Amino acid sequence: MALMTLFIITAVIALVAGLGLLFARNAVYAALFLVLNMLALAVLFLTLGAPFLAMVQITVYAGAVMVLFLFVVMLLGAETLKEEGGPIAWQRPLALLLGLVLTVLLAAVIFIEATGLGNILPPPEDYAAPSRLAMLLFQRYLLPFEIASVLLLVAMIAALVMVGSKKKTSSSSR
Amino acid sequence: MDWTLWLEWTIKAALLLFILLTGFAYTTLLERKVVAWMQTRIGPNRAGPWGLLQPLADGIKLIFKEEFIPAHADKVLFILAPVVTMVPALIIMAVVPWGREVVLFGRRVTLYLADVNVGILYIMAIASISVYGVVLAGWASNNKYSLLGGLRASAQMISYELALGLAFLPPIMLAGSLSLRDIVEAQRSMWYVVYQPLAAFIFLITSVAEVNRAPFDIPEAEQELTAGYHTEYSGMKFALFFMAEYTKMIAVSAIFASLYLGGYLGPFESQFPWLGPLYLAAKIFLGLFFMIWLRATFPRFRYDQLMALGWKNLFPLALLNVVVTAGVLALVG
Repeated sequence: MALMTLFIITAVIALVAGLGLLFARNAVYAALFLVLNMLALAVLFLTLGAPFLAMVQITVYAGAVMVLFLFVVMLLGAETLKEEGGPIAWQRPLALLLGLVLTVLLAAVIFIEATGLGNILPPPEDYAAPSRLAMLLFQRYLLPFEIASVLLLVAMIAALVMVGSKKKTSSSSR
Repeated sequence: MDWTLWLEWTIKAALLLFILLTGFAYTTLLERKVVAWMQTRIGPNRAGPWGLLQPLADGIKLIFKEEFIPAHADKVLFILAPVVTMVPALIIMAVVPWGREVVLFGRRVTLYLADVNVGILYIMAIASISVYGVVLAGWASNNKYSLLGGLRASAQMISYELALGLAFLPPIMLAGSLSLRDIVEAQRSMWYVVYQPLAAFIFLITSVAEVNRAPFDIPEAEQELTAGYHTEYSGMKFALFFMAEYTKMIAVSAIFASLYLGGYLGPFESQFPWLGPLYLAAKIFLGLFFMIWLRATFPRFRYDQLMALGWKNLFPLALLNVVVTAGVLALVG
C-alpha cells in the first residue's frame, strides 16, 4: 500500500516534469524539469527493487549529462526560444504518428496485463544487486559492453579532432 | 511495518540533522579560531567564553539582515538555488555509519541511518547533483560575476568528480562491498590508508576541490569574481550557501574517515559500542582541521592550473592506482 502511494506520487511528479520540459519557454527551466523527471525515475527504480540502477540514473543522467547540458545552455546564452525558425515541416506529423504508435503499444500491454495473459512473476530478491549486474555485464554481455565502450571512445576522439582542426585553421588564418 | 521502527528512524534522522547543523555552526568557529592561531591572532573571543556563543550571534545577525533579490534576477530559481545547494549536503550523511549497535531502553538500536548495499554509489549520486545549486545561483542572479562563478564551479566539480570516483574504488575492491558499513568492518585488522596511501591522498585533494574550499575556491575568488556565485545573496539565503559549504566539509571528513581511517573503529570499540561515534567524531575533527590548515597555508590555484592538476595529474594517477590495485588483488587472491 505504501509502495503504491509512493508510486502514484512519483509517477505524477515524473509526468508533470515531462510536460514541463515540453512546454517550458526557457531552456534552463526545460533542463531542470528533465532533471526532476530523472530523479523521479530513479525513485521508481528504487521501488522496483533496483537500487543500483537508481543510483546510476542519478549519477550519470541527472548528475553528469544534465550538468553539461545546463553548462552549454548557460555558456551560449541560448535560454530563450527563438520564434523565427519554427518547427521543421515534417516534424509535427511524424511526432503525431509516433505518439499514436506508442499509445497503441501501451494500451496493448495494459490489455494483456488486464486479461491475465502476461502473469509476470516478481523478480527474485537479489535480482538487481550490483554483483549480479556485474556478472551479466562482464561475462554474458562482455562483447556488447566492450563494443559500446569503443563506440563512445570513437565519438569522443571524433569530437576532439573536430575541435582541433578548427583551432588549427583559425590560428593559420591570423 | 512496526510503528516503533518508523519512530526510531525519525528520531535518528532528526538527531543526525541536529548534529550536522550544530557541527556546522561550531566548524565556522573552529575555522576562525584555528586560522587566527596560525596567523598569530586571537580570533573571536567576545561572545561567551572563548567565543563559544559566536556562531549563535552570527546566526541571529544573518536572520535579521535584509533579504535582497536583484530586480532582473530569475526570482524562482534565485530562491530555489540555496535550498538545492543545502539539501544534498544534509542527506549525503545518511549512509555513513556511526557505530554498530547499542541497547537503549531495552531495545537494540543500530547506530546508522541506512545500511544500503549501494552506499558508496549513493554518496557519488548525491555528490554529482550537488553542483546544481551553485550553477543555478550563478545563472539566476543575472550578474556576470555570479555566472562566471557558477560556470567555474560546475567545470571544477565535474572534473574532480572523476578522480574522486576513482579514489572511491580501492576501498570497494579491498572490502568487496559497496556498503560503507562493510568497508568499515573490513578495516578491523588495518586501516585502508596504510594499503592505499595514494588513493587516500587523491581522495583528500579532490574532496577539497569538490567542496570548493581553498586552495580550490576559484568559484568564489574574491579578487576576480567579487564573491562568485553568491555575490547577489544576502541574509539567510547567503547563510544557506555558507551552511552547505561547512556541512559538506563535515560530510567529506566523515566519508574519508569511513573509507580510509577505519570509521568508527578504535581501541575497545568492540566492548563499548558507544565509543564508535566518539572515534568517528575525533576523525572528522582531524579532517576538518586538515582542511582549515590547507586554507591557512596555500594560495589559490589559477583556473588553468586547477584544470591541469585535475585532468593531467590526479586522474591518470587514480586510474593507474585502480589498475595496480586490481592486478595485485587478482594475484594475491
